[in-house]
Amino acid sequence: MPERNDIERFFDPKIVAFFCNWCTYTAADLAGTARMTYAPNVRVIRIMCSGRLDPQFVLSAFREGADGILIGGCHPGDCHYQEGNYQALRRFILLKRLIHAFGIEKERIRLEWIAASEGDKVQRVINEMTETVRRLGPLDLEPITKKVIDYMSVTHHEMVSISHRGSS
Amino acid sequence: MSTVGTGSNDKCKIGVYVCHCGINISSKVDVSKTVRFAAKLPHVTVSREYKFMCADPGQDLIQQDIRDGRINRAVVASCSPLMHEPTFRNTMAEAGGNPFLFQMANIREHVSWVTLDNTAATEKAMSLISAAVERVVFHQPLMPNRVPVHPDVLVVGGGIAGIHAALTLADAGQKVYLVEREPSIGGHMAKFDKTFPTLDCSACILTPKMSAVRAHSNITLWSYSEVIGVDGFVGNFKVRVRRKPRYIIEERCVGCLDCIEACIYKSGKVPDEFNEGLVKRKPVYIPFPQATPLVAVIDAKTCIGIRTGKCKMTCIDACERDAIDLNQSEEINEIEVGAIILATGFKTFNAKRIYRYGYGKYSNIYTSLELERMVNAAGPTGGEITLKNGQKPKAVGIVHCVGSRDNKTNKYCSKVCCMYSLKLAHLIKERTGAEVYNFYIDMRTPGKGYEEFYDRLLEENVHFIRGRVAEITDWVMTPEEEGKLVIRAEDTLVGVVRRVPVDMVVLSVGLEPQPDAEDVGRLFNISCTREGWFLERHPKLAPVSTFTDGIFLAGACQGPKDIPDSVAQAGAAAAEALALIDRGYVVLEPNTAYVQDELCSGCKTCIDLCPYGAISFDDEKDTAKVNGALCKGCGTCVASCPSGSLQQYLFTDDQIFSEIKGVILYA
Amino acid sequence: MKKPKVGFYWCASCGGCEEAVLDLAEDILGVVAAIELVFWPVALDFKRSDVEAMDDGEIAVCFVNGAIRTSEQNEMVKLLRKKSQLIAAFGSCAQLGGIPGLANMFNREEMIKEVYLRSPSVNNDAEITPKEDIQVNEGNLILPALWDTVKALDHVIDVDYFLPGCPPPVNLIEDVFNMIVEGELPPKRTVLAPDVALCDECERREKKPDKLTLKEFKSPFEINIDPQECLLAQGLLCLGPVTRKGCGGACIKANMPCTGCMGPTGRVRDFGAKALTAIATSIDSKDEKEINAIVDSILDPVGTLYRYSLPASFLHRHYEKMLIGGSK
Ligand SMILES: Cc1cc2nc3c(=O)[nH]c(=O)nc-3n(C[C@H](O)[C@H](O)[C@H](O)COP(=O)(O)OP(=O)(O)OC[C@H]3O[C@@H](n4cnc5c(N)ncnc54)[C@H](O)[C@@H]3O)c2cc1C
Ligand code: SF4
Ligand code: SF4
Ligand code: SF4
Ligand code: SF4
Ligand code: FES
Repeated sequence: MPERNDIERFFDPKIVAFFCNWCTYTAADLAGTARMTYAPNVRVIRIMCSGRLDPQFVLSAFREGADGILIGGCHPGDCHYQEGNYQALRRFILLKRLIHAFGIEKERIRLEWIAASEGDKVQRVINEMTETVRRLGPLDLEPITKKVIDYMSVTHHEMVSISHRGSS
Repeated sequence: MSTVGTGSNDKCKIGVYVCHCGINISSKVDVSKTVRFAAKLPHVTVSREYKFMCADPGQDLIQQDIRDGRINRAVVASCSPLMHEPTFRNTMAEAGGNPFLFQMANIREHVSWVTLDNTAATEKAMSLISAAVERVVFHQPLMPNRVPVHPDVLVVGGGIAGIHAALTLADAGQKVYLVEREPSIGGHMAKFDKTFPTLDCSACILTPKMSAVRAHSNITLWSYSEVIGVDGFVGNFKVRVRRKPRYIIEERCVGCLDCIEACIYKSGKVPDEFNEGLVKRKPVYIPFPQATPLVAVIDAKTCIGIRTGKCKMTCIDACERDAIDLNQSEEINEIEVGAIILATGFKTFNAKRIYRYGYGKYSNIYTSLELERMVNAAGPTGGEITLKNGQKPKAVGIVHCVGSRDNKTNKYCSKVCCMYSLKLAHLIKERTGAEVYNFYIDMRTPGKGYEEFYDRLLEENVHFIRGRVAEITDWVMTPEEEGKLVIRAEDTLVGVVRRVPVDMVVLSVGLEPQPDAEDVGRLFNISCTREGWFLERHPKLAPVSTFTDGIFLAGACQGPKDIPDSVAQAGAAAAEALALIDRGYVVLEPNTAYVQDELCSGCKTCIDLCPYGAISFDDEKDTAKVNGALCKGCGTCVASCPSGSLQQYLFTDDQIFSEIKGVILYA
Repeated sequence: MKKPKVGFYWCASCGGCEEAVLDLAEDILGVVAAIELVFWPVALDFKRSDVEAMDDGEIAVCFVNGAIRTSEQNEMVKLLRKKSQLIAAFGSCAQLGGIPGLANMFNREEMIKEVYLRSPSVNNDAEITPKEDIQVNEGNLILPALWDTVKALDHVIDVDYFLPGCPPPVNLIEDVFNMIVEGELPPKRTVLAPDVALCDECERREKKPDKLTLKEFKSPFEINIDPQECLLAQGLLCLGPVTRKGCGGACIKANMPCTGCMGPTGRVRDFGAKALTAIATSIDSKDEKEINAIVDSILDPVGTLYRYSLPASFLHRHYEKMLIGGSK
């Protein structure tokens, strides 16, 4: 393994993970039950299916300060809801292009199919991802003013609208 | 937009409860620190710790805080929500709170059990707690969704496990459909002559149960049938069953064998599956004398009448009851059931995969299952154990763990092979008087009366050699080995390599998942382990449940097991199904998708996306609409609505965005 | 009754928004009669000092179009904020950063080099580039600084209303003037357009299939566009499902796909991400390779998904120093 430079040594990446309830989240629980230790950098958010993953979540996590995003779903064909993970795959492929076009390294997002029995894969993927992102360094999105941050988190969302189905 | 607070004027007051879980959490996570941290988070009015939150005193803490008006929302930081979310939701409800104004932070499975460093674990716990706090602010009070349970049960697989489950349910007054894909029920047990450790006759204990299945008014037995479609959810499954054509009208056939006699083939033509291919059968056959149902079946692949139409069809004339119909076609039946028990069993390891053991290459090497047929009085040899040349073997070697406990094949122990190898050793000794050599790695005989059975075998002068067999060969080195099969193995107790010449070898093949287990799992929407065994919900606490509510497991489909365990599990699965039916309703997670009517543009992006057809286009309003009863709550449509007009209860955009914020902001 | 005082100002914009006001045609006379125009540099001669001389809050409503990307724009809008009771962001650029916001894909230095030095149509041997401080015969000139990052109006001052569109549709502008005159303005921070996506008012929706099965995305010039069929169904990246309605489907009626100028609906935080999801849903493949090949046909993802909203997106700008046209 190459020597770590200083940044790598002191940089503790923040990684947000979105795991589907039926396979990957369960696998992560299994890794716990089996006491498989792994890097503490990943924070898991549970969604029912990887198909629930709105690309907005990924961008928002980067904006909030994540250095990497991990998405976990059931293996193709095994989705608890049949097709949700294919939907996730399509979005992920486009998302990866977008991220890249924004100048963010593609390795900062990763999609993995992890079955409920694959606790060891959770361990491996989390360790790998942590190392990859550590090597890439902090994402350091262009710092933006507090004002913009506020705008981001409320944006259009807080703007009310004249009428829902106005005639205009 | 979701409002903060339970009602219009009710301010959001969050209680945070951090669990020590004995020392499971507190040995890694500085619980007090997380509690102090949580106290400062927005809207948090109460922040406490307790040794076991799931125990009554822990739950009381929450309930007291609700009753005293200190909190109206709660976050419990403890184990996985998959474990105790229902518990704490109940706690909330009992104290008069809404069960869904609650969120769990998983700081055991996802933190204390997987993190080496205490500081890192504490930090991670804090970030998960802050995420839960941020999220619960956006929770809405919801009503759990109650739906009635259909009282009928489907049992798939008619081995001993399926039979026992079906009978238990039927005796309890439930209507049961038993679907078996072979022409007869009975599974593997029907092939055995004797069963360990008591050596009682397999047919004697199984046949009455098989007859009971046939005779029971509550059981609909569909043999030679397969489940091809499963829709719906717990309490309300819609199942499609394909009844393969057996070319015999089941209601008319009495199993008199006249047709078989009359078949233009005067002798067997195809390998007889039930007899492990040791003999041949005709295209029209009844697998074994006690077959249930006792109805003939015609194999379309080999029957000339069906294949070419050019056959004298002597069978048709022979049948006095006009039961033969060579034009029969398959039948699809649709049924509704409330619960499903899977009991699809196992298959045995293919001995050819271990080339060194010479199976298929040398004659007189049999698999254990073949030998089971050979020792069976109703089997192809009438219970005689003979060599290919018709003589009785003078020496027989039994090789344990074939395909089991081996990194190259299956790592796991197949659990029953040691015991059935002992059983076969006994039977061989009894029937032939041959010298029997058992080659084993470890003798695994835990179980009631099992070790005693082993002791008995030791007294019967069966030879036991501890060591994995290296190879079986006909390459002779000494005159005594001439014309024999030589088993080469290291005797690890003595520390020498032995060559044991024998006349016959029995390979104790391990148990493997059914080859189509993955597909069956998919069909019923349950998971498999890496090997392909059906995955139980919890190895200890929910061994017959699956992650899909209403689907239970019994027998060897869940993992290698012997008959007593299979039957016990079948009883447990039946009890679980009964508990479900007896309650009469199920509470569904109210995590369905919903369209914010007046905001939907009718862009149709979501319409065809739902695998359950829950979304349709309302032609009057020109908007999409979700049928809550069909939606299973995956949220796929929600993420794809381009205008954010679809949302999912319990997983709204607001809730997830706030969770993302929380998980990062305070970490 | 006293006529409400109204101001107009433009920042980084193409001028189309000013034109849109004129598009009110005859109606504009009515508008002019009903309000008092106190500031409109494009049409009438006003100076900054005129605004400075006003009382705080003297202007009832000030419409600002264009994104904010120079120090001058920043100062002016801050001044106008002080002098106005209400500020309305007029048009996509002011609301979301608009087309000029795509400059956030690059940094300032690279962009100046590209525009003033490298572009093939430029003849600039002296290599003169914009300066903020420059010596001329008359003395020392201090010019506005060009920012590295293009911002939406809301990023630099508080904005009360948003009038979306590139430019805002005439009928919406009219509505706003009427509201001002009648003093019936909606709550602050309202986006002054219906909160439903464009498909709702698109005549082609009838013909939109329940399931899109696209194997390729196309550009308008590549195909003969059917004038009735849903454009998305024809493989064109129509962003109607993502975009707020209100324009009456102007582009669609001209047989061109919607590019999203009206911005997202009120439930959406990042326009591009939602556009992405809409596009992903229409792809008909489960195979990673094939999906990649289909996605290849989208040439400029950021430009397509964020044509009008890059500065208001989560990622907000390109974060690496990247060469224009450079392949990195
Ligand atoms: C050689 C050998 C000897 C053994 N001897 C003993 C012994 O002496 N004592 C003892 O306790 N145990 C013994 N066992 C273990 C015993 O076989 C198992 O414990 C028992 O058979 C398990 O029963 P089951 O019903 O789970 O599975 P199975 O017996 O395998 O029955 C499964 C049934 O499901 C049917 N099925 C499969 N898939 C489908 C489907 N998709 N749709 C419909 N039906 C399906 C199959 O056709 C079969 O009828 C022995 C095992 C072997 C291999
Ligand atoms: S969330 Fe949407 S896609 Fe999923 S089951 Fe419900 S309606 Fe269907
Ligand atoms: S995707 Fe959204 S806007 Fe489009 S039809 Fe469905 S609910 Fe309506
Ligand atoms: S996708 Fe475009 S063309 Fe199709 S219905 Fe919507 S707005 Fe109209
Ligand atoms: S169709 Fe789309 S791009 Fe064209 S004016 Fe309307 S919103 Fe703007
Ligand atoms: S449930 Fe796991 S990916 Fe759909």
